[in-house]
Amino acid sequence: MNTAPLFVIIPLGTAFLVSLVGKYYKRSSDVFSNVACCILLGLSFYTLSIIRNIPTHLLVYKIGGWAPPVGISMVIDSLSVFMLVTVNLIAFLVTVYSVDYMNKYTDKWKFYTLFMLMLTGMNGVIITGDLFNMFVFLEIASIASYALVAFGTESEELEASFKYAVMGSVASSFILLGIAVLYSYTSTLNMADMALSLTAKGPAKILPFVSVLFLMGFGLKAALVPFHAWLPDAHPSAPAPISAMLSGVLIKSLGVYALARILFNVFGVTDVILSILMFLGALSMLVGVFLAVGQWDFKRLLAYHSISQIGYVVLGIGLGSPLGICGGLFHLFNHSIFKSLLFLNSGAIVYSVGTRDLHAMGGLREKMPVTANTSLVASMSIAGIPPFNGFFSKLIIIFACVQSGHFGYAFWAVVGSVLTLASFMKVQRYAFFGALGKKRQDVKEVPLAMQISMAILAVICLVASTLVLPAFSDFVTSAAAVLSGGKEYANLVSGAFK
Amino acid sequence: MAAYFLCLVLFSIGLYCVLRKRNLIKIVVGLGIIEYAVNLFFALVGYRARGRAPILSADQVISNMVDPIPQALVLTAIVIGLAVTALIVAIAIKIYEKYGTFDITKINKLKG
Amino acid sequence: MQRNVEPGMTLIVKTITRLTVGLILLFGIYIVLHGHLSPGGGFAGGVIIALSFVHLMLAFGKDVALKKLSAGVASLLESFGALMFLSIAVLGYIGGCFFLNFFMNKGLPFHLFSAGIIPLCNIAISLKVGAGLCAIFTALVLLNKTDT
Repeated sequence: MNTAPLFVIIPLGTAFLVSLVGKYYKRSSDVFSNVACCILLGLSFYTLSIIRNIPTHLLVYKIGGWAPPVGISMVIDSLSVFMLVTVNLIAFLVTVYSVDYMNKYTDKWKFYTLFMLMLTGMNGVIITGDLFNMFVFLEIASIASYALVAFGTESEELEASFKYAVMGSVASSFILLGIAVLYSYTSTLNMADMALSLTAKGPAKILPFVSVLFLMGFGLKAALVPFHAWLPDAHPSAPAPISAMLSGVLIKSLGVYALARILFNVFGVTDVILSILMFLGALSMLVGVFLAVGQWDFKRLLAYHSISQIGYVVLGIGLGSPLGICGGLFHLFNHSIFKSLLFLNSGAIVYSVGTRDLHAMGGLREKMPVTANTSLVASMSIAGIPPFNGFFSKLIIIFACVQSGHFGYAFWAVVGSVLTLASFMKVQRYAFFGALGKKRQDVKEVPLAMQISMAILAVICLVASTLVLPAFSDFVTSAAAVLSGGKEYANLVSGAFK
Repeated sequence: MAAYFLCLVLFSIGLYCVLRKRNLIKIVVGLGIIEYAVNLFFALVGYRARGRAPILSADQVISNMVDPIPQALVLTAIVIGLAVTALIVAIAIKIYEKYGTFDITKINKLKG
Repeated sequence: MQRNVEPGMTLIVKTITRLTVGLILLFGIYIVLHGHLSPGGGFAGGVIIALSFVHLMLAFGKDVALKKLSAGVASLLESFGALMFLSIAVLGYIGGCFFLNFFMNKGLPFHLFSAGIIPLCNIAISLKVGAGLCAIFTALVLLNKTDT
């Protein structure tokens, strides 16, 4: 059974159902959202098993029965199902977490409506095969995230959300301009059809212009340096579950995935684009980690580390070799897991202690054991300590750099990793180890639902390193094969249309 | 060709507004100009020489028509722009309540 | 608004509004229903329907307008419009495909009852857009009243 449209129907229906009844029945919004996210997670695993068994590893769905290029199509291939599993896994665990956390805010049903809309947008970007459809879903997710960042309506959150909204809208306008220029050149909007048409027309002068427009637009959504300025304000100001979603999956689904899909599968990468991607990735890596070391606000430090780790992912993808793309995608998956875990930990600290300032914490290890241990696991993962998953993905990226001959990039990747380790040792020492302050004697552990979701993420941190083993590495390598195949995507998809 | 170039000039005027103006509402107006310029560019892409409006009618013979797809896409993009503008204006009003000013050089609590 | 004795605008504006509000609403509904025959459709028609409400609020003040369409009802209509659109799409599953048009016959071209599910989708979209714009405008007006 073709499950492609369900990934959009279920969250959209839940969003409007919660908006209808959530105001009147208090627990219904929790129940609906958690059930919907659970169903979505099951569906994404089911789709993974379907994709494995099909010889071409491709699921195509024509909306309304209209044949492309006239109609809109949904295409699920190995890369899409890789992203779908990531997004829905994090979304389910975050919804479980926010059952208790969002009691601190008013109007929980508004939160769940916006959350489900954001999930609709992210799923839609991943599964669509049509360029303008991708833009519409991108806007749905972005607008929901602007509103979610401002959810607490304190002065700092409003300022952060305004900056984020203005910069995000300018980026979306760049993307729309790029789509307009592409449409005027190829007169089709379907991605597979556009790839074939671009190959048939030969090298064009318009392609570098459109590539730069897309790099600016999607680069801002992915928080690449120099388009990163909104992230250190927006991610700390959002409520902790939303910070986990934003940093964990939104910048990857809207930014890195869309950029990779368009540059690799529709345009066909050239060496110039690859070297620009590698340079921007390395720059993000270093700028992020240098600015993170001096931060004393826990969530702001984590936000700067997000910029740095996305730099690793883009560096890996920009290498262009199959090993490099494997490393980049594996690091994308790992980063979603441990960064969401870190943001959920910071939310647990805010829930119990009430502050984000590292100076004001200390010795929380004795009072909050689950939070402390899971944050230790996540810190070791992000710093790249074996046997956690961060070590393997960073190792693959550094090997791929050396294999392609870019020794300079490998060196800076190692430097970035060392500085990440330093800054997380600072976090652990100030937040969890040390002496418990006098005011903090009655700090309690967070409620059970939050503990469960953090514990599950920590277990996945450990289990995900088995994805390197040959028995399970199919998950990442088949996704990487789609990207390194380039225009193969277009041939396979148009073959499936007939 | 000149029409497309003028659209890009309008886009840069809007971009200048967003980057250099100090009042929050002027930034929102600049954002509106950017969206307007992009929509206009997209709608102009569909022009065909000596084309007429792409609407079938019972008693007229089908002749040269302009491309209807950009018109449908621009309709969607206008509605998206409307939603974003409404959200940003609401945020700006709440910022005025909290900070007491519309000047962005004074709204800078988040630093570092 | 502080120096007026009664809310709203002058008597001339109020009289003309009484005459034109119904016409604007009717015009909006016409544009929605003929969306498959002439330019317009759900978005444009929904905006014009919302404009009739905004016209009422500007001319008579917010209390009179909110009695006609309160914020809760607008929110309800909005969600209902979206769910109607989604259920039309999901009903296509019975025919085999998402959004498939199987239960409305296509009819003769250029007549009002033709073109399958497009008129129903237009009505759903106009409900959502119209109610949404009314709700946005009401929220902005109420935001303005609470700070001073």
